[in-house]
Amino acid sequence: MSPAVDPLLALLLVLNFLLLGTSRLSTAISATAVQGWLLGVLAVVVPGAPSARPLIVGVAAVAIKGFLIPGMLRRALRDAAIRREIQPLVSFVTSLILGAIGTGAAVLFADRLPLAAEHRGSLIVPASLASVLTGFLLLTTRRKAITQVVGYLVLENGIFVMGLALHEAMPFLVEVGVLLDLLVAIFVIGIVINRINREFASLDVTRLDQLKE
Amino acid sequence: MAFALFLAPLCFALCALLVPSERIRRWLVPSGGLVHLGLVWRALASGGDVTGADGWLGVDALGRVALPLVSTLFFACALYVPAYLGLRPERPNRYFCGALLAFLAMMTLIVESQHLGLMWVALEANTLVSAPLVYFNQNPRSLEATWKYLLIGAVGIALALLGSLFLAYAALEAGRPGSLLIADLVREAPLLSLPWLHTAFVVLFVGYGTKMGLAPMHTWKPDVYGEAPGLVGALLAGGLTSVAFIALLRFYQICAAAGEGAFARDLMVVMGLLSMAVAAVFMARQRDYKRMLAYSSVEHMGILVLGIGIGGLAAFGALLHLVNNALTKGAMFLAAANIHRAYGAKTTDRVSGALRAVPASGALFLAGFFAVTGSPPFGPFQSEFTILRGAMLTGRYGVAGGFLAALFVVFVGMGGTVLAVVQGEPAADRPSTGFRDSIGTVGPALLLLSLVLLLGLWVPPVMEAALREAAHFVEGGR
Repeated sequence: MSPAVDPLLALLLVLNFLLLGTSRLSTAISATAVQGWLLGVLAVVVPGAPSARPLIVGVAAVAIKGFLIPGMLRRALRDAAIRREIQPLVSFVTSLILGAIGTGAAVLFADRLPLAAEHRGSLIVPASLASVLTGFLLLTTRRKAITQVVGYLVLENGIFVMGLALHEAMPFLVEVGVLLDLLVAIFVIGIVINRINREFASLDVTRLDQLKE
Repeated sequence: MAFALFLAPLCFALCALLVPSERIRRWLVPSGGLVHLGLVWRALASGGDVTGADGWLGVDALGRVALPLVSTLFFACALYVPAYLGLRPERPNRYFCGALLAFLAMMTLIVESQHLGLMWVALEANTLVSAPLVYFNQNPRSLEATWKYLLIGAVGIALALLGSLFLAYAALEAGRPGSLLIADLVREAPLLSLPWLHTAFVVLFVGYGTKMGLAPMHTWKPDVYGEAPGLVGALLAGGLTSVAFIALLRFYQICAAAGEGAFARDLMVVMGLLSMAVAAVFMARQRDYKRMLAYSSVEHMGILVLGIGIGGLAAFGALLHLVNNALTKGAMFLAAANIHRAYGAKTTDRVSGALRAVPASGALFLAGFFAVTGSPPFGPFQSEFTILRGAMLTGRYGVAGGFLAALFVVFVGMGGTVLAVVQGEPAADRPSTGFRDSIGTVGPALLLLSLVLLLGLWVPPVMEAALREAAHFVEGGR
């Protein structure tokens, strides 16, 4: 595998920590956008030999994950006139520590699983698992609808990395289908966020607490 | 043919989005359902060997069970659409009708997919088109339900994708060309890398289990079924959960072919019993009868995976129960929707005496309760009894005991709520909603419940053969 892959993945992991530690929503959105660009580059670099297919997937990833989705989220943010994630259910320091533990666990776990020859010693599987865990953490511990969506995106990014490890098995149609589904999903979620904002004049999902036993 | 099955409803969905008349649009849904039913009939009559797109699409043994089921349920629910929308003239129905038909198309595509990636894309699309269905009432409560549905659903589906990738990695690590075609994976199953296969199955179980609504991933279910229109509840509880179960069965098939069936079965027995227990606890003294139906759905999803987990005769019972549960849930949700319309409320403190206020819907709701809790002579009795016998035959008396205990607690808990709804006198000061039982509102539920009754008395030999073949197919001829 190309030597550029691991540094790029390391950068992805650093961005995960930035996401866990920041309270500014615009920073969080920018971090996912940068992750989107990284994934686009990775989609071209990981398969090695230059050909049309990885290029198309890479361009699609940058366009969708790097520009379109962050753009939609920024618009939602502007409409809602909020700036910061205040009082997450788990403090930022604790989330960083949990993120570090999660990343360590991902490395250990990936180490215990048998890896294909070309992935041994590479960051590709641990980075994927660590991003999935980071996404989970953001999803479950944040209170603003937008940060939860950011968490979902980070989770999806982790899965995208796993898909790159499997670029030979993943048919082109499915790769693009996954990206398009994600785009539509965020679009639909964006509409719902807009409605939540209109209905409650807030994006705090803890207000969504009418339905319970 | 493989393409027509899901493209036909998709065309109807497009028409529904384009047609300007609200009145014509509501009739497009049953028309689309009827066309789909006809296509499924033709596909099955042609011997069922329908394939397309280089083996990516096909109607296999599981498809021959699930497709007619999904199509029948949808058609019955679609027959309810014109009457229901007639009762809600204030709500624009363009997206609702379009989404209903697209929902049918995506359910069909999930069942037809022979490629894990395609199946995943269809499931994700299915979740997205159901968002406008859940949000039909456009109030804060349905907004909350939609948000939870989308977010929990999205995470579940993301995990399902991760699990599918792990499965492909299990082939790659074993030095095989990674493929996501189910037939390839089943054929190469004995060679797959076991640690990856195990991890994949657990992740997939959580992912598709979230869509099925197995405990403890069921938290979206009561909120969504409680707030969505009853018609949508019927389609989610009978259709979406059923196709998610079919998807799970495909992974179980790969696991069984790899010789790791015991690992998967143990997991399913435990999770099945857990779902039944959790549902039983939450159903006791449940005041909201639509939420009660949601917990009943959690319970029956538990029964399905439990049956597969026990295996053998119980696996056949589970597939029979798949059919029975979907049809019964359809009938109950439609009857519940009528009661909801008639009273403008869905909690037992404001709803009572449904047998007097809306005699037909009330009677159907009561009969549906007996059916869904496994009382003879209805279909679920047959299938639950088959699963019980399967457990006894394999000597799993503890599992059988737990199964019976959960069924009993559910019967008592659900009975309390249902009787409170149907018995007694309607409150004198209840708001007049103008709802009356009519052929359009009662007919579909009656049709579904008649099918459930028929299946309790007599399972057609063709269907029994199809179910046996499907059970055999899933277990890999065990």
